[in-house]
Amino acid sequence: MKPSRIEACGHWVEKRFPMSKLWNDHMAQYYAPKNFNFWYFFGSLALLILVNQFITGILLTMNYKPDAKLAFDSVEYIMRDVDWGWLVRYMHSTGASAFFIVVYLHMFRGLIYGSFKQPRELIWTFGMLIFVCLMAEAFMGYLLPWGQMSYWGAQVIISLFSAIPVIGDDLSLWIRGDYVISDATLNRFFAFHVIAVPLVLIMLVFLHIVALHEVGSNNPDGIEIKESKDPWGHPVDGIPFHPYYSVKDIVGVAVFMLFFATIIFYMPEMGGYFLEHANFIPADPLKTPEHIAPVWYFTPFYAILRAVPDKFAGVIAMGGSIVVLFLLPWLDRSPVKSIRYRGGIFKKAIVLFVISFLVLGYLGTQPATYGAVIAARIFTAIYFGFFLLMPIYTRWEKTKPVPKSLTMQPTLEERIPAMKATLDEMLIKTSVETSAGQIKTQVKPNTAGIIKVLTRFVKNLKASLE
Amino acid sequence: MINEDVDTSKRQFLTKALTVVGAVGAGYLAVPFLSQMQPSAKAMAAGAPVEVDISKMEEGQLLRVAWRGKPVWVLNRTSEALKTLASLESQLVDPASNESIQPETSKNAVRSIKPEIFIAVGLCTHLGCSPTFRPEIAPHDLGDDWKGGFFCPCHGSKFDLAGRVYSSVPAPTNLDVPPYRYVTDTHIIIGEDLEEKAA
Repeated sequence: MKPSRIEACGHWVEKRFPMSKLWNDHMAQYYAPKNFNFWYFFGSLALLILVNQFITGILLTMNYKPDAKLAFDSVEYIMRDVDWGWLVRYMHSTGASAFFIVVYLHMFRGLIYGSFKQPRELIWTFGMLIFVCLMAEAFMGYLLPWGQMSYWGAQVIISLFSAIPVIGDDLSLWIRGDYVISDATLNRFFAFHVIAVPLVLIMLVFLHIVALHEVGSNNPDGIEIKESKDPWGHPVDGIPFHPYYSVKDIVGVAVFMLFFATIIFYMPEMGGYFLEHANFIPADPLKTPEHIAPVWYFTPFYAILRAVPDKFAGVIAMGGSIVVLFLLPWLDRSPVKSIRYRGGIFKKAIVLFVISFLVLGYLGTQPATYGAVIAARIFTAIYFGFFLLMPIYTRWEKTKPVPKSLTMQPTLEERIPAMKATLDEMLIKTSVETSAGQIKTQVKPNTAGIIKVLTRFVKNLKASLE
Repeated sequence: MINEDVDTSKRQFLTKALTVVGAVGAGYLAVPFLSQMQPSAKAMAAGAPVEVDISKMEEGQLLRVAWRGKPVWVLNRTSEALKTLASLESQLVDPASNESIQPETSKNAVRSIKPEIFIAVGLCTHLGCSPTFRPEIAPHDLGDDWKGGFFCPCHGSKFDLAGRVYSSVPAPTNLDVPPYRYVTDTHIIIGEDLEEKAA
């Protein structure tokens, strides 16, 4: 049979560009472990948000003016006079916060399942570089609306560089391009925000994925699936990324968009956490707002900065809190990857780390009162202790035997009968005859049952930490 | 390529030489690229001195003026405030202002030319926020020991009414005092001092 026009076209391209090879290598014949759980949604979601930021960002530049005299008003113009401008702007500003939520969860996934460990150290390193780029991107983007928080936030962060001995003052002058934050600073931050950093970001994402597809994905069991292969050379525990995970990720996308749309349409400022109240006042170089705090995703690091009562040491501590994350693959000495088979000491350390990260994040949003500073010091010590003591405590760890092949967790459907039984335990159902002669079931909480369920829950929690 | 019986050392030398020349060239190109981010001639020329009229200032009043885009404070200190300054010295990092920036004419116990009129750049020496003016004695949020001064809302640095920093706060030095001079008893020029005028 003669090939159709479309097929002929395909052949023509195929001879000149490895289209189907790329598709197969990275999608249709890229084998991923079959036991990915919900933690594995966040990588593809981060990519989705990146695309969202690019599209909405390009649209915003069409009406935004990077000029100290015009910037604030041009943002208001976008919000009020441009058709759908408010939607594009809220998608961009909410996207920034969503990016950090998703990336923090993505990093936490890597932490608990040991995805940063040998042979994936470089994936983690590229990922950390992406994180640093994202912080730079978010910080510079926050200056652009030229509100009070934009101005004083940039003033504080650029002043951080002046703490570096000898070159510090010249360096911060060079970054600002003026003696104070001014039009020159705004204009260059615009250039970095819309072109320089996004280009680097794209390159790093490319490297992150190339490195990932070279060694293959880790999984919740932390087993290398490439070690057992079927007669055709495919991993026994692997399934092709497309269609299995491409379809699964669409579910993740749908759930994500539900939350994303809710925030955009009903709470775009998120109570002052996504867009801070003081940023609705134009920048005033003569007056700092009464209470200044960075956007929520920087607050843990900001709290660490404030915890140290010395300018240079504070900056070092804040920088160090990022640097230790880079070193993670070389700090962890445990032979086991996944938290499922790791010792209790590591699980407890992770719990302490998560608590310290969240508390530092909260403290960073609060004024620097005496009590807050003391608390920040304690949790800063825990934060650094988690990383710096890791080479010691991971060596004491009593790990559990790791299975040879992937284990399958019960699905939600299989868990339903057990959940029903637990619910029944906590309730008392009595049949009552109403005055109209009908029989109704009355449901009351069963105190004894609830206590029993709670004690069992606590016991299970304790056992799972061992 | 056939490399047998070929003296590759010359090739290697040329490759290395080209690399070095290329690196030097890139280094030269980096100079204009990096220095175009320095403050422009226009930004450096800006910053003309500012004249302030203090004839209408009341006791205890603070005036904010902009000089080189920075907030500059002019404070008319009360005599009680001046009296308490001496008693604070033990709680300060640099009471004699040896490590801090000020013109010679203001390097004294009250950090000003005339004791009652205090002038300083209103930016915290920690990370550049503008501290708030808190002249009241012992407000509930700053504690019973507070004798009036400036409090930085960003990172909690505290300064007394001479802009001197208290110990165990993040700011390392006292607030900067800009160069200034009196034209008449009630007119001050900020951004110029006597020596500059003479020269």
